[in-house]
Amino acid sequence: MQELLNYQPVLLQGAWLTVQVALLSLLLAITLGLLGALAKTSQSRILQIIATLYTTIIRGIPDLILMLLIFFGGQMLINSLSYSINESINEYFTSYDINHEWYSYLPDYIDISPYFAGIVTIGFIFGAYMAETFRGAILSVDKGQIEAATAYGMSRSKIFIRVTFPQMMRHALPGIGNNWLVLLKTTALVSIIGLQDMVKIAGDASGSTQQPFTFYLAVAFIFLFFTAISSALLKRLEAKYSIQAR
Amino acid sequence: MSEATLSIKNLHKSFADNEVLKGIDLEAQKGDVISILGSSGSGKSTLLRCVNLLETPTSGEIRVNGELIEMKQDKKLGAVPASFKQVERIRSRLAMVFQGFNLWSHMTVLENVIEAPVHVLGVPKKEAIVKAEAILQRVGLYERKNYYPGQLSGGQQQRVAIARALAVEPEVMLFDEPTSALDPELVGEVLNVMRGLAEEGRTMLVVTHEMAFARDVSNKVVFLHQGLVEEQGKPDVIFENPSSERFKQFISSVY
Repeated sequence: MQELLNYQPVLLQGAWLTVQVALLSLLLAITLGLLGALAKTSQSRILQIIATLYTTIIRGIPDLILMLLIFFGGQMLINSLSYSINESINEYFTSYDINHEWYSYLPDYIDISPYFAGIVTIGFIFGAYMAETFRGAILSVDKGQIEAATAYGMSRSKIFIRVTFPQMMRHALPGIGNNWLVLLKTTALVSIIGLQDMVKIAGDASGSTQQPFTFYLAVAFIFLFFTAISSALLKRLEAKYSIQAR
Repeated sequence: MSEATLSIKNLHKSFADNEVLKGIDLEAQKGDVISILGSSGSGKSTLLRCVNLLETPTSGEIRVNGELIEMKQDKKLGAVPASFKQVERIRSRLAMVFQGFNLWSHMTVLENVIEAPVHVLGVPKKEAIVKAEAILQRVGLYERKNYYPGQLSGGQQQRVAIARALAVEPEVMLFDEPTSALDPELVGEVLNVMRGLAEEGRTMLVVTHEMAFARDVSNKVVFLHQGLVEEQGKPDVIFENPSSERFKQFISSVY
C-alpha cells in the first residue's frame, strides 16, 4: 500500500494523460466519422469508395497492429517524404547553380511524439467506427424533414447544420457512447509506443516494486471510474436529445 | 396584362422510362386558387413538386413572377438547375405544405415558424417572432407555441405547417394533399384555415381530393389524367358540364 501511495502523483499524472489522449482522439474520431458518413451517404461514387475503403480496412485490422503500423510506418513515411522534398528542392537549385550546396530545407529526421501518434492513431481507428454510427444515424432521419428544409430554400450545408445534424444525434448518441467507452479503454494501447499514460506507469511501477497486482488493480479502478462518469453523462445527454421525440 | 405569378409551359417529367408528366401548361395569376385533381398516378403531386424543383423537370419552362428557372443539361443526370442559388431563392418564395406535415420534429412550434424567415431570408429573430406569433394566433395555435410537433394532433400540426408557410410571405403556396393524412374529424379545421387564406387573396396551388374545397373555394380546377391536363376551367362550369368523359367518371366515383 505504501508503494501505491509513493506512486500516486505519477499515476494521477498518467491518468490525466489518458484523459487527454482519449478526449482529443474522440474529437478527431467524431470529425473523421462525420466526414466519412457524409462521404458514404453522398452522391459521389469516388467519395463513397474512399470512405468505404477507410472503414473496411481500419475495422478489419486489430487496433494493436494499426497502432504499431501507424507509429512506425508513419514515421518512415514522413521522413522519406521530407527527404525526397529536400532532394527535389536541392536538385532544382543545382540545375541553376552547379555550386549549390546541399541544404535540408525540411528537417531530415522528424521524431513523431508518441502523444501525437497515439491521438492520431486512436482517432483514426475510431473515426471508422464513428463513420458507421453516423451513417446509420443520417439514414434514420426522416426524408420529409430534409425535404421540408429543401422546399424552404435552405442550402445543403444549412440543411445539415439546422436539420440533419440535430436530428441524427438522437440516433447517434447510443453508438457514440458505446464507441467512447471502447475508445477510452483502447488508450491503454498507447503505452506500447512509449507514452507515459497510467498503464505504462503502472507497468514500470510493478517492475520496480514487484507488486503488479496492486498497480494494475488501481489502474482498473481508475478506468472504471472514468467509464462510470461517462455513462452517467451520456445518459443525461441522451435524455436531452430525446425530449423532443415525445 | 401583368405577368403571371406562376407560369408553367410544356412541362415534362420522366422517372427512368416512365413518363409521368407529358407536357403540362398551367398559369396562375395573383390571387388564383387552383385545385389540381386527378386519380392516383395522374402526376398531380409530381407536378406540384416540379414547381419548386423538389423534382427536377425533364424539360419545360417554369417562371415565377416572370423569372425563368434556368436549367442546363448534365451528361449523366440530364436536366439540372443551372444555379442552385437561384433555385434556393425561388424556393424561399414558394412555400409548401406537405401531406405528412414534415414539421421539424426537434423544434418547437414557434421555432418551426421562424426557421425559414430567420435562417433563409435573414429576418432579425425578434421581428420574426413577433410576426410568427401573430400568424399562430391566426391559425389558432398561439397557446401551443412552445410545444413540439410530436405533442400535437395531426390537424394542429398541419395548421402549424400552414403557419410556417405563411411566415415566408410566399408568392405562391403549394399544398400537396394537405388533408389526406388526417383523420376525418380533423380535416375541417385545416380546410377552414385554407378557405380563409383563399378569401384574403393568396395565390394557391392545391393538390387535393376534397371535392367540396375544389368546387367552393378555388376559382380554377385542373383535372390531370395520365400526365396531361384533361379538363380545366371554372369549378361551377366544369363540375356542372364536364366535357371530358374521364372527368365525368372521376366526379361520379368520388361523390
